[in-house]
Amino acid sequence: MSATGAPIHLPADAPAWRLRDRLGLAFAWLTGLLFCAVCAAIVVFLVVQGVRYLRPDMLWTNPKVGFNQNETGGFLAEIIGTVLVTGTALVIAVPVGVGVAVWLTEYGRPRGLARVVESTVEMFAGAPSIVLALFGVIVFQAPFLAFLSATTQGHAYGKSFFAAGAILSLLALPIVVANVREGLRAIPDHVREASYALGKTKITTIRRVLLPAARPSVITGTMIGAGHVIGDTAIIVLLLGDTYTLQAVGHIPLLGALRGTDSTLTSFIYANAPTGDLNQPQKAYAAAVVLLAMVFLLNIVVDISGRKARELKWT
Amino acid sequence: MDMTQPKPIRRLDADTKLVPLPRGFHIPDSLPQDELPTTQESASFITAARDERPLVPTIDRMRIEQVSIDYANKRAVREVSLPVRQGEVLGLIGPSGCGKTTLLRSLNRLTELTKAAHLSGRITLDGTDISELEPTALRRRVTMLFQQPNPFPMSVFDNVAYVLREQAKRKPRRGALRPQVEEALAHAGLLDEVKDDLDHPALRLSGGQQQRLCIARALAARPEVLLLDEPCSALDPQSTKLIEDLIVRLREELAIVIVTHNLQQAHRIADHVAFMYLGELVEYAPAQRLFANPKQDRTREYVSGAFG
Repeated sequence: MSATGAPIHLPADAPAWRLRDRLGLAFAWLTGLLFCAVCAAIVVFLVVQGVRYLRPDMLWTNPKVGFNQNETGGFLAEIIGTVLVTGTALVIAVPVGVGVAVWLTEYGRPRGLARVVESTVEMFAGAPSIVLALFGVIVFQAPFLAFLSATTQGHAYGKSFFAAGAILSLLALPIVVANVREGLRAIPDHVREASYALGKTKITTIRRVLLPAARPSVITGTMIGAGHVIGDTAIIVLLLGDTYTLQAVGHIPLLGALRGTDSTLTSFIYANAPTGDLNQPQKAYAAAVVLLAMVFLLNIVVDISGRKARELKWT
Repeated sequence: MDMTQPKPIRRLDADTKLVPLPRGFHIPDSLPQDELPTTQESASFITAARDERPLVPTIDRMRIEQVSIDYANKRAVREVSLPVRQGEVLGLIGPSGCGKTTLLRSLNRLTELTKAAHLSGRITLDGTDISELEPTALRRRVTMLFQQPNPFPMSVFDNVAYVLREQAKRKPRRGALRPQVEEALAHAGLLDEVKDDLDHPALRLSGGQQQRLCIARALAARPEVLLLDEPCSALDPQSTKLIEDLIVRLREELAIVIVTHNLQQAHRIADHVAFMYLGELVEYAPAQRLFANPKQDRTREYVSGAFG
């Protein structure tokens, strides 16, 4: 017995949990519940207020001039603006983001350049959107980019869906890159080697095996990125012009709209909040609940694609 | 009846009915209960007689000549020379880290993907130095099956069709490829199980089916040499048996090299066995001779379970 060491004696009255552990547990519960309560309060408040003031016709009428909140129309232009600017941003962010992620994970050489690209992408993730917006204002007023927005007396206005979409894409880009990289890293190396062992080249392997396998991650990244784009206000106010209806430039259908200015739900809420220029809280609440519903729908898509990704498993 | 010479495990198949067998495979009608070896007896597999199997004429396909492979600061393979013949299964055995997988991967230049690996010596395929061949062309002729089943995340059909199409092209279309896809699946003994739903996602198949799909995929490239890196180590005994039978059948039309940690498996399916230790080829001999009567002490110790 003595050769294997003295048996360990636990005092019979030893508490199962020490005080510090119990306090820690209580703190974890408290913060968790508090967080849920705050979240629930916001959602309940917005839904109650929003549903009270949201009338269906707001979804298909544009804002108009009126004497009280019953006469000032809805926010159709803002819904269109939100969809259009998010679409523009994603059309730029997704291909670029997937390309960057593939290059970083599958090539990543030279190392130094890869590190620079990585920190650049991370910098975008951390940059305040108002700073990016300010940069965008200067860039899109440059003469050689004048064709992307309205021009008055030879001067580029610099505000359009193109301008806002391009800068908003910088918000989505880091999220797309991070998700696609994670998706690609989750594919075991022997799957790549199996493709090489069948005489396929690296680029074929990426196109036909790796990207299809990472598709759920691409979707997740796109949707979370879209959530960030939808929620941004600063870039919209500075770069989309913040006109209350869609003001197209020229007569070509989609192109004219993309060169034009508009508001989105976020900038509409900003202007209509009690502290805003227009101060129509009813409209702000109604728009907020529509915005919340949009983000909620995106989250559902994220959830579904995440579940798909978990189904795809190599042993 | 001689109890010291039990039927080898390869013949044992109590639940055959549950798993469809590859085409052309003959199931013995019954195995008398008293012929089943007990656990104790099956441990003495070295003395067990192997299945009678057709003698196949052998042809030299690849030659490994004085090959050494170095990683950054470690020599993984030291001056190994071996023939790879069509018509027989070459088993590579040895303890972990002895260089057998590295040697296997060098046969279709997969080692080149690890940047630091350096190969000296010569490996030839039908007399041509493989370093002079286009890697993609070489890897279609000398293809490889991995330890973990790794079908691509697409349908059963598309897994095989991927190999049949040139690089990333989408043509030829589905209809035109169907006969070739079905032939490859039949060849790997999987067609009967999947023919009703070729669009089934490959990753929803069972592990054993996935590995046979990987074999079908490899066969679709019409390879001349098939490299196997512990192809059964992630599989259950029944799937292992199906794949071992398949390997023995396939050796008639292509050269097979298998790396395995499982000595019983090497004994069951290999015609020649090479024992490697610390990167060196210690002994190369016909399987039965190597297991029953090893010439080298290190081989004897390894096959009797003294180390490894």
